[in-house]
Amino acid sequence: MSRFRVAVHIVPRKGILDPQGKAVSDALHALGFDGVSDTRIGRHIVLHIAAPDAKAADAQVREMCGKLLANPVTEDFEIATVERA
Amino acid sequence: MKFGIVTFPGSNCDYDSYHAVADSLGLPAVYLWHKSTDLQGVDVVILPGGFSYGDYLRAGAIARFSPIMQEVATHARAGGPVLGICNGFQIACEAGLLPGALLRNANLQFVSDTVRIRVENADTMFTSRCEVGDVLRIPVAHGDGRFTADDNTLDRLEGEGRVVFRYVNEHGVPDAVANPNGSMRDIAGIISSEGNVLGLMPHPERAMEDLIGSADGRRIFESLLARVSA
Repeated sequence: MSRFRVAVHIVPRKGILDPQGKAVSDALHALGFDGVSDTRIGRHIVLHIAAPDAKAADAQVREMCGKLLANPVTEDFEIATVERA
Repeated sequence: MKFGIVTFPGSNCDYDSYHAVADSLGLPAVYLWHKSTDLQGVDVVILPGGFSYGDYLRAGAIARFSPIMQEVATHARAGGPVLGICNGFQIACEAGLLPGALLRNANLQFVSDTVRIRVENADTMFTSRCEVGDVLRIPVAHGDGRFTADDNTLDRLEGEGRVVFRYVNEHGVPDAVANPNGSMRDIAGIISSEGNVLGLMPHPERAMEDLIGSADGRRIFESLLARVSA
C-alpha cells in the first residue's frame, strides 16, 4: 500500500443555475474582465488515502464521489491530481 | 397514531415538531436519536428542519448515513409515512427517498417569511383534508430550498401528480416573486412514487395555531391522521 494525495474538483453541472458563479461573473465584468463568459463555483476536496497504486486511488475517489462527495443530480466531479504523498 | 421525530446533531425544529404533535394535536410523540436503530414502533417519522451535521458538504448529505436513517429508509420502503420538513426534505432527497436536490436559494439570501403554497394534489395521505387549489399560509426559513431536478424528472413528477405544493402569490397563482428560493416550476413539496414520503421546504409544524399567525399546517397533520387511522 502507498499513500496518495488526491484532489477533486466538484462543480455545479452545466445547465444548473449557479447564482454564486453568476454574481462573481457580474463582479468580474464590473472590474472590466469582459472576456468572462461563465463562472462556476464548486468545491475542492483533497484526500489522503492508502491504495496499492495511483489507478486504484483514482478509482476509490471516483466511487467516493459517486456515493457522497458529489451529488449526481446536480454536480459534476473531476479528479484533478493523484500524487504519491 | 404515534409520531417519531428524528434528532440529528444540528436539528432545530425537532422541538417545534414535537410541540405540533404532542401539544397541538395531543398525540403521542417520541424523539428518535440519530445514533439509535430503534424506531420505537412509531407510525409516522418526521425528519425535522435544522442544519443536521452543520450542512457540511451539502445540506442533508451526512445525515443520511446516520444509524437511524437506515431504519427510516426501511420504514419508508415498507410504506410507512415519512414527513421531511425543510432540512428533512433535503435529507430525504440525499437519501434517495425523493428525487432531485435542494440547492442554494437563487438570490443567495436566507429567507425567513410566511409564504403561500397551493395544494396541487389532494389525493395523498398528507393532503386528503385539503382540496386542489387550496392555498395554505406556512412559514419558510431556509438558505438551500431551490428544488432542482432534470426535465425528465420534473415532467414525471408533474405527470404522476407528485408535485403536491407550489409557491403562489396572493391570487393563488405561481410567480417569480412568490417563489422564495427560485425552485424549478415553483415546487414547494413533492411526494414519493408510493405516496408515503412527503418532502416540503415550508414548515407546517410552525403553523399549528392562529395565535402565532397561521393554523394551516394543521391540515397536513389532520390529513395524515385521517388516512393513517382509517
